[in-house]
Amino acid sequence: MNVAVPPPKENMGQPVARLEARSKVTGEARYSADFPLNNLAHGVLVTSAIAAGSIKSLDLEAARAVPGVIEIFTQENVKGLKDPKFGQGNSSSVQPFNGPKIWHDEQMLALVVANTHEAAEDAAYRLRASYDETKPSATFDSPGSQTLDAVGNTESHKEDPKLGDVEAALATAPVKIDVKYSTPTQHHNPIELFSTTASWQDDKLTIYEPSQFVYGYKNGVAEQLGVDPANVRVVSPLIGGAFGSKGPMTPRTAVVAYAARALNRPIRCVVSRMQGFTTATYRAETRHHIRMGATPDGRIVAYSHEGWEVTSRPDNYVVGGTETTSLVYAYGAVGTRVQIVKADRNTPGYMRSPPETPYMYALESAMDEMAAALKMDPVEFRRVNDTQKEPIKGRPYTSRSLMTCYDQAAEAFGWKKRNPAVGSMRDGDWLIGMGCSTAIYPTNIGPAAVRVRLSPKGEVRIETAAHEIGTGIRTVAGQMAAEPLGLDMKMVTVETGDTDFPPAPVAGGSNSTASVCSAVLVASNRIRDRLFRAAVTSNDGPLAGRNPGDLGMKGGMIVAADGASVKLADLFGQMGSGVIEEYVEHTPEGMPPESMAKLYSGQSSFKRGSQGDKIRFAFGAEFVEVRIHSRTREIRIPRIVGAFAGGRIMNPRTARSQLMGGMIWGIGAGLLEATEIDPRAARYVNRDLAEYMVAVNADVNQLEVILVPEEDHEVNEAGVKGVGELGNVGTPAAIQAAVFHATGKRIRDLPIRLDDLLNV
Amino acid sequence: MRPFVYERATSPEDAVRAARGKVTANLPPVQAPGQFIAGGTNMTDYMKLDVMRPEILVDVNGIDRNRYGRIEEFDGGIRFGHLVRMAEAEEHPAVKAKYPVIAQSLQLAASQQIRNMATLGGNVLQRTRCDYFREATWACNKREPGSGCSAMDGINRRHALLGTSDQCIASYPGDFAQALIALDALVETQGPKGNRKIRFADLHVEPGNTPNVETVLEPGELITFITVPSGAWTRRSMYLKIRDRQSYEFAVTSTAVALDLDGDTVRDVRIALGGVATRPWRSREAEDALKGKPLTPETASAAADAAFAGAKPRKYNAFKIPLGKETVIRALLETKNMEA
Ligand SMILES: Cc1cc2nc3c(=O)[nH]c(=O)nc-3n(C[C@H](O)[C@H](O)[C@H](O)COP(=O)(O)OP(=O)(O)OC[C@H]3O[C@@H](n4cnc5c(N)ncnc54)[C@H](O)[C@@H]3O)c2cc1C
Ligand code: SF4
Repeated sequence: MNVAVPPPKENMGQPVARLEARSKVTGEARYSADFPLNNLAHGVLVTSAIAAGSIKSLDLEAARAVPGVIEIFTQENVKGLKDPKFGQGNSSSVQPFNGPKIWHDEQMLALVVANTHEAAEDAAYRLRASYDETKPSATFDSPGSQTLDAVGNTESHKEDPKLGDVEAALATAPVKIDVKYSTPTQHHNPIELFSTTASWQDDKLTIYEPSQFVYGYKNGVAEQLGVDPANVRVVSPLIGGAFGSKGPMTPRTAVVAYAARALNRPIRCVVSRMQGFTTATYRAETRHHIRMGATPDGRIVAYSHEGWEVTSRPDNYVVGGTETTSLVYAYGAVGTRVQIVKADRNTPGYMRSPPETPYMYALESAMDEMAAALKMDPVEFRRVNDTQKEPIKGRPYTSRSLMTCYDQAAEAFGWKKRNPAVGSMRDGDWLIGMGCSTAIYPTNIGPAAVRVRLSPKGEVRIETAAHEIGTGIRTVAGQMAAEPLGLDMKMVTVETGDTDFPPAPVAGGSNSTASVCSAVLVASNRIRDRLFRAAVTSNDGPLAGRNPGDLGMKGGMIVAADGASVKLADLFGQMGSGVIEEYVEHTPEGMPPESMAKLYSGQSSFKRGSQGDKIRFAFGAEFVEVRIHSRTREIRIPRIVGAFAGGRIMNPRTARSQLMGGMIWGIGAGLLEATEIDPRAARYVNRDLAEYMVAVNADVNQLEVILVPEEDHEVNEAGVKGVGELGNVGTPAAIQAAVFHATGKRIRDLPIRLDDLLNV
Repeated sequence: MRPFVYERATSPEDAVRAARGKVTANLPPVQAPGQFIAGGTNMTDYMKLDVMRPEILVDVNGIDRNRYGRIEEFDGGIRFGHLVRMAEAEEHPAVKAKYPVIAQSLQLAASQQIRNMATLGGNVLQRTRCDYFREATWACNKREPGSGCSAMDGINRRHALLGTSDQCIASYPGDFAQALIALDALVETQGPKGNRKIRFADLHVEPGNTPNVETVLEPGELITFITVPSGAWTRRSMYLKIRDRQSYEFAVTSTAVALDLDGDTVRDVRIALGGVATRPWRSREAEDALKGKPLTPETASAAADAAFAGAKPRKYNAFKIPLGKETVIRALLETKNMEA
């Protein structure tokens, strides 16, 4: 045990290493674009140089002349693809190959297929497009952009939460703030590039593609191609980072499958880093206007939050984070409104904690500003407004350990040593600032199916289409079987990411551990029950006639409290069984029964954390120290501490990794990350990893993750709350607060850069 | 990437001949059909972006490393072969001890992996990171003379304010070159017309009306050596690089400073500026403002003002005037405090 392998505290599983750890570090692990295929052809995309208008003509002559080019697919020769349906399964409602219209920057124009990747790329450069161009609207405030209420115009944001008369409460509040924030466009940039490999055997299609929802892709691609989904298999065993970008299927997948069928040859299309910025989704820029009123003793009597989010022309995507922010504190009155702003952009999509990241940044920054206005300690201000019941409908949280998180993190951080006076802390030429923030993420859960098989030797094999995006889902699913079956993890194999396995929900919304582990637990308990029943009903076994409730499993044996036992192999012999297998379909309580059937047809649904009579959220508190050079103003983060409570922690090692990764991402989101848009052309300009900056190792110094024990039997069968998206929620607001503490400057637009801090 | 002929030269003569092979018109070296490749960290990047389209790529790594891959101290200075890797130079004991500004300018550049590959010859000729130059579908006078400059009224936070023209405001991105120009380095070349020596300060040119002309080199002219004379100021020298993140980023602003002090009084000083100019930038104005004066925060500040007197900001890079000044002041004061 060490920092990276934390010893389990109360209600935590063992910190076992990831099952695929060794294969990943040795390079043995196979990602989707690594599968060898015979007679493979290579596809390269050509994308548009304008953001709005239509294709006038495509000149293919020079491209066709490149030796090795087999075919060039464009809107001229791709016929009969159905437009995708926008929603969770598809990133957009536009299949660009279905017409000449250009909806956004770098939209797909053509797929060049050649014998080698190099030839395809060479030809792609030689393809010339001419356009009928119209003036694009890039973002907020751009002429021609269109603003709509999210309520009534979007699928997911059905109401703007509200409580009482917020305007009246604001009017009479003794202490008030009125502030505006913004967050920039961000791109996921997973290190594994986007790719599609399609291969047909007669009428059977196999797709290898990194995917956070293989059943969604299977059904979506079948729909677009007009084939039976039963003939489509999607394989995605390991995913090299996704963060939401590989959740909804993008239009490329069907095009590559179409081309492979047309040429009767497998095709692999790997999308370049640059093209990844426009052929997949992104986190749209947001704006926020917050007004808050409080009493002098710090009770929040009014919270008004208006949010604006950019979306595309064809699709009304929204994250609508007020659904969460309106539940966080014991507000007296609440008023919210979310609006979407339609511009000539690609359709945005999920990105790690989609609603919470921007909306909690705004709320938590406002909390710090209000604490300053009240001259209260920011932690105490949160304590005054802490609640075990959400304010709108008064529903209780199944558990909420926010203040325990604050107390443990504050202690580890040394918050007591902070001098609250702005600009008062200094080390030589460096100004020091300290700030904190709440992190929150809903515990979502969806229907999931698994197959668990036990052999007489005690080998367990779990199959589920769940998605190993690097979070450790295979490992925790394995632990969920190994624990009740009393077996060593060495005996466990877990296979994921294949539509030949039972379906699992989209790997999003931090639901996977809860959804999949709940199903694994049910399956493992059923296997145990079958074994126990067999053991007690056997005629002459050592456990014959006992009460099944008194038995346990350990080391490949069924054991009783007094030490009597029977070996698995013997029991299997008695039962006349070769293996015992359970296929479990687990639909969380309170979800419509048809949600399981829908999962098979590619529709993933959740019971969201905010739904039901009791609400379910994981919480955390983050503390950040910043150092800012007194002359040149570069901002560095020497220390960051986060404490998080997420119900049962299946594996402290993988949980810590998730939370740490989130906090590191939060450092980047606070100080570095932004996709720059040229407003004249509605085009992104910094489309590579040198110019699109994320935190590097040197930016991460002391980082501490505290796992706060929490027991919650109501949240779901497995007792777990997802922690995958919790870690990056609070970091940018804590940084914002710390920068203010160091300099007295409120920088409300992310990322916070030295540009804004000069001449203080 | 487009197809090209790959040749591996074993001597400078060989390289020059191969690269000159196809010259038909009078093109600036960056647009000539024959191009050298050394570490390849810059050349392959731009080939993949379809910005560089060489027909003949001449690999210079086969040239005798015993001669061209060495660092040699001599009486009066130090000489670097063009094939010396950045990582080799930054770790060289004499460079670290006697020319700290050189070691630091290299050590703070790029990443360790890139520095292990990249050569000093290739380094000084690295091309701008202007995003509109890198993406071949934008109008760019440097890439396609006469097509316009997309950066002028575009996203230009990283662009230059010194040495700009109304044709191009791309900044010179490198760090090492700032140390070289500060220390009066000399470049030796071998070209179609024979060998010559060029003051490093004369190697790069401002964009003016021809932003596609970046240096005084001719097509097929190979840099063979870079020589840095030693002086009373070389030991008390440093490179200060300001950037958004702690590593792996080009300079937002930077300063190379070398000082010769007589007590508190500046006997001689060298100041170069990175991240803010279209070419490696020596600020004689700042130097003149300091010479013969005591080095104090006030005189340093006056020098910084002089350095940026001629700066022409655009929409997103105006902050680099106060930042650049603070960088100069901080570097001067920190250099003064060095043990020398
Ligand atoms: C992500 C990234 C980050 C970076 N960050 C920094 C940074 O922070 N600071 C910094 O200073 N640099 C940085 N660099 C640039 C890096 O230092 C250069 O790419 C490198 O020094 C180039 O050297 P090379 O040998 O690889 O050149 P090559 O790519 O081989 O060549 C570059 C150019 O020089 C020409 N050339 C090469 N050798 C000779 C010669 N002997 N004579 C004449 N012409 C020659 C080539 O024809 C070509 O035009 C970064 C690069 C990358 C990719
Ligand atoms: S600044 Fe120079 S390199 Fe950049 S777009 Fe303008 S002309 Fe091209």
